Amino acid sequence: MRVGAIASMWDNIQILVTAPVFNIQLWLNGLSIGAVFALAAYGLALVWGVTSVKNLAQGDFVMLGGYLGYELSRHGVHPIVAIVPVGALMFGYGWLIYKLIIRRVIQLDLFTSLLATFGLAITMQQVMNLVFGPDVRTLKSGFGRFDMFGGMVDITQIRVIAFGMCAVLAVAMVLFLRKSRMGQAIRATAQDPRAARVLGVNTDLVYALTFSINSAICGVAGVIIAMIWVIQPFYGIAYSVRAFVIVTAAGLGNFPAVIVTALGLGVIEQYAGFVLGAQFQQATVVSLLLIILIWRQLLLRRHRLALQ
Amino acid sequence: MTRKSLALHLILLAAGIAAPFLFPAHTIQFAVFWIFVLFSQTWDTMGGQMGYNSLGNVTFFGFGMYICAIVQIALVYNVGDYTAADGAIKVDFTDQQYYTGLALGVFLAAIGPVILAAILSWILLGLRGPYFAIGTLGVAIAAAELTSAWGWVGGGSGIAMPVFPGGPGMRERFFYGACMLAAVLCYLFLRWLYSTRFTLAINAIRDDEDKAEALGLHTTRYKTVAWCVSAFFLGIAGALFGNMTGFIEPLETAYPTLTFGIFMVAMTLLGGKGTLWGPIIGATLFYTVRELTWTYLLGWQYIALGVLIIVNVVYFQQGILGWLRARKPEWFGVRVETQPSKAVGKP
Repeated sequence: MRVGAIASMWDNIQILVTAPVFNIQLWLNGLSIGAVFALAAYGLALVWGVTSVKNLAQGDFVMLGGYLGYELSRHGVHPIVAIVPVGALMFGYGWLIYKLIIRRVIQLDLFTSLLATFGLAITMQQVMNLVFGPDVRTLKSGFGRFDMFGGMVDITQIRVIAFGMCAVLAVAMVLFLRKSRMGQAIRATAQDPRAARVLGVNTDLVYALTFSINSAICGVAGVIIAMIWVIQPFYGIAYSVRAFVIVTAAGLGNFPAVIVTALGLGVIEQYAGFVLGAQFQQATVVSLLLIILIWRQLLLRRHRLALQ
Repeated sequence: MTRKSLALHLILLAAGIAAPFLFPAHTIQFAVFWIFVLFSQTWDTMGGQMGYNSLGNVTFFGFGMYICAIVQIALVYNVGDYTAADGAIKVDFTDQQYYTGLALGVFLAAIGPVILAAILSWILLGLRGPYFAIGTLGVAIAAAELTSAWGWVGGGSGIAMPVFPGGPGMRERFFYGACMLAAVLCYLFLRWLYSTRFTLAINAIRDDEDKAEALGLHTTRYKTVAWCVSAFFLGIAGALFGNMTGFIEPLETAYPTLTFGIFMVAMTLLGGKGTLWGPIIGATLFYTVRELTWTYLLGWQYIALGVLIIVNVVYFQQGILGWLRARKPEWFGVRVETQPSKAVGKP
């Protein structure tokens, strides 16, 4: 049986070599999924960098955004239009969660924030499960698909649009952080909260705003995920794990690297799913996380040996 | 041990032995209670005493469970055929076969996770704080995913465990006794361990790892041993729990990160981490509340769990024993210097 599994893996690799257009298909799928990962990871990196809170509920924020978009579209709002109210609603939700929970764990030790957001993740999953039901949902955007290479490769138009929206959102975030007064305050707080406070930055407001912006970004990512793929109350943890993989691999505060890693992860995942089989897709991501952690540790060990 | 504390221990022991005879209908629930005590005790060795908060200790639980199951089946039957049949094959184990298999299985289920812990230590214990927590969470999820995809051990459809040869009442009592024995042995071992130099060392690691290392402690070795201790008892717990439920599968029974994996942490934090009795008190309280309310909450139970974790972590971080310690330090042998002016006013 194991020989059979390896043989089918080999066959799949053969397909990729003999028909290179399949590679293009995998790349297109990977990049469009990777763009959504990039949004979630970007938000995680932002909150992690500014408030040092590691939000394990990241994926559940994404799912909540998706469900809000789903509810709006049931009332006749087109999913792409729904992104705006969902972003606003999720901004408010993020603000509420910040005031209730996050504000109190910022000063405490690092594990506390992890555990508190883990508790939040469980609660959110279950509430979504009760309210929206355990079924897999998807948003119909009503767009067609592009066919390429004589129908060998296809991509839905909504994926192209989604990719564009992710790019626009990412650029807008970078500009906001670079140019605006509040963006400067956020970056100052990330560098040194105490100094920022001394210089008159309202760090509590900065923290609240950062967390709410992250929540809004996740909400938008959720609507996009619902359009190009599916949402389900318990799929959130998969996005949380991916966001952590990306941020840990790319390193904090290196936003271009976060985006490149996210797109790369999307593509790697598609390849792993194709070559190894879909049941190994999740395992691949988790294994990647472990490999990255080990690799970082080896770097650290070398660094320590060098110090001695 | 003072006479008062000895008496307390004996009373609790007697209550533990009497429980299945007084309430025979709930024997399995009491047995699971001891598994929960094992969970929180072993988590506290790492999380409380050493400050390494693992979210993936459940890996050892599931690993032990699967090792025991495979050993029990492999002694009399071909494992691949057995699991491929999805429980359709009924193997009648003779008494001797069953008990030999179980004994050998539990033994190997204790050794296997220790080896796994040693290997994982090499990989993960250089990580600190949240990275360690995320890394261990990753290990647990990966273990569940890989086991689900591995056909030889039954994959996602699981393994039907060998049937206990004794009568129905015997089965519950047997496993109750085994679980209680494991939990009590774990308690006695940790009680001894926490009085040794070893625990001073791991407490030093918790308080400041760099300084501990600078003072000449070989921190990696201590951390590895501490994790192996956790893994040893968790492996046994897994083996017993697997046999007790009668059917094991990777996501819900063996590697349930979101239930058992997080219960461990919640119970320890509830009772007060870094103490000998805190985890036990936390487990007792948590398990009692869970058993009493779980069936009535109908879908709300995990919401209650999530809220409990949030409230516990955010507002009540010191736990029950930590809170008591702050209020009544004299109960814990801490002498409080009261000012004479205050003392005079009191009778």
